Amino acid sequence: MSERVANCPNCGAQIKFLWSSAIQTTCEYCHSILVRRDVDLERVGVVADLPPDSSPLQISSEGKYQGKPFVVVGRIVYSYGLGAWNEWHLMFTDSTSGWLSDAQLEYDISFLTVPPAPLAGFEALVCGNRFQWNGGDYTITSITRARYRGVQGELPFEYWDKSEAPFVDLRTVDGRFGTIDYSDEKPLLFLGESVEFDDLSLKNLREFEGWR
Amino acid sequence: MTPASSESTIRGSRVKGLNCPGCGAALTVRGFEHTISVVCPQCLAILSAKDPDLQILQKFADNTRITLLIPLGSRGKWKGTDYEVIGFQRRTFEVDDTEYSWSEYLLFNPYKGFRYFTEYQGHWNDVHTVRALPQPVRSAVSKAQVRHNGVAYTHFSTAQARTSYVLGEFPWQVQRGESFAVRDYVAPPLILSSESNVSEITWSAGEYVDGREIWSAFKVPGTAPRPVGVFLNQPSPYAARMGSIWGLCGLFLFLAVLVAIAGFALASNKEVFSDHYRYTAGPEKEPSFVTPVFQLDGGSSNIEVYTHADLANNWAYFSYALINEETGQAYDFGRELSYYSGYDSDGSWTEGSNSDTVTLSSIPGGRYYLRVEPEVAPGLQSMGYSIRLRRDVPGFGYFAVIFVLLLIPPAFATFQRFGFEQRRWAESDYAPVKEEADDGVTDGSDD
Repeated sequence: MSERVANCPNCGAQIKFLWSSAIQTTCEYCHSILVRRDVDLERVGVVADLPPDSSPLQISSEGKYQGKPFVVVGRIVYSYGLGAWNEWHLMFTDSTSGWLSDAQLEYDISFLTVPPAPLAGFEALVCGNRFQWNGGDYTITSITRARYRGVQGELPFEYWDKSEAPFVDLRTVDGRFGTIDYSDEKPLLFLGESVEFDDLSLKNLREFEGWR
Repeated sequence: MTPASSESTIRGSRVKGLNCPGCGAALTVRGFEHTISVVCPQCLAILSAKDPDLQILQKFADNTRITLLIPLGSRGKWKGTDYEVIGFQRRTFEVDDTEYSWSEYLLFNPYKGFRYFTEYQGHWNDVHTVRALPQPVRSAVSKAQVRHNGVAYTHFSTAQARTSYVLGEFPWQVQRGESFAVRDYVAPPLILSSESNVSEITWSAGEYVDGREIWSAFKVPGTAPRPVGVFLNQPSPYAARMGSIWGLCGLFLFLAVLVAIAGFALASNKEVFSDHYRYTAGPEKEPSFVTPVFQLDGGSSNIEVYTHADLANNWAYFSYALINEETGQAYDFGRELSYYSGYDSDGSWTEGSNSDTVTLSSIPGGRYYLRVEPEVAPGLQSMGYSIRLRRDVPGFGYFAVIFVLLLIPPAFATFQRFGFEQRRWAESDYAPVKEEADDGVTDGSDD
């Protein structure tokens, strides 16, 4: 995987891609949202200041999931009520991508999955609805009208210019996790499982004053 | 010009110098940006930590305070991770107009997240939220069950609990007076609880811990208060004891069986005398006779006397005396035999037996004879009978006594354990009679 370098079309700063398949990234300096168009980067918008958060993860944090090493290359930030949460975009060494959700230090890992049948509309769903996916019996545990707050770093798809982000979270009896992102016309299904901090062998984390 | 949130080191907001907008008291925030509500330690007002002006969300005229057993800011290593106590809430429920309260201490680690210590009457639990869905178990048992991580939990009680007092900070919008239905399921020492209101349900799992472990891990001054009564998921101290006592009992029973088997193998069980006689009615007949002399070997041992009489709808009585030829010592005993049979509407029936066995214990060795005096039912003219004597026969007598004695301690332990479980379940929704609430009465607002 070659490291690719480009320049920000807005401020000229160097943009280094950690992940060759990234479709979107942000400029660290001018906060422009940049989308790949063939070989060029197009500035499609600017990221507002992200809400302050205390996730121990950051871009370039490293870890392992089921023995496969990953690097954190980007994130999407959402808020709900008075809290915020991060969907950290993970790049695995085999170039696949995954998502590590950190909501108040509860961690869930998931992967974009093609649903076996078309997903129901957001309005049609209620807590307790059940779905069979990949041999798991998923039950809807929460329906959230979250707010999109911003992005940082590299993402596998274009994701910007959002406001409301309706989410449906699902769980199983054996610890599997699913979430459906209804922020776009075509809902996206992510399936995975809940994980413990210690299971991920995380490195290069943020440090907290007074801890360690 | 990177956003503040992406700095690699996060400064604690305890150094920010926050003050309560109500009373001006200094505030400490330990949970970084996770903290959503913070309580003024002085006026107990609940403030919005996410608001730059620390907007007051709730304030109270009554600022009676509860003394925390573990002070806020205490740090300790728990299960290999450093945790800091950052919040405290008291939850109160009512049963028959009496208020009961338990305490929850919120623990925080900036990497691992949150967990709780709950306390009621000196009983502690180490609790964390669970995300896998507990599964209802369909069972024929009267109490509902749920399964989580391979453990079946039995429903204990359901109560409507309101938040009656808060201190410190919380990663959610905390509110005094907010009420949740709390359902507890137990599998001692584990507990599984759900908290629900109309919009959400949260599950948490806990394990009973000795308060002294918390005191030493968090260096809490003083000593942990002694627990009062039996708590819903307190492990039974009698369960393990009962198991080991039953184990010991089993071992001794095994030994006793071995001894009994050895006794059987070693008993000589030797026939020392046997003969057949015929009784004939008549005035000339001697009422009694003596057998020839026979030898009883060894020291003191038992002797079995077997009597068989050819009876048909009749009875016979034998007066016996076993007499030592040398010392004249006599052992007198009598045996009655009766045997009846016939037919009625239910078919054939029999009653009694035409043979009898009796064992005389502790008969010294020596030369003996038996004096026999048969007596029969009036009108019986003739009756054949036989007598057989065996020396040193194996017996169950001692074994039965040992068996009963050995069962006493485990039976007692089982009884104790049963008593413990009764006291546990007396506090549940399944108590046969609601017990007098003589302890555990704590008003939520004073302590």
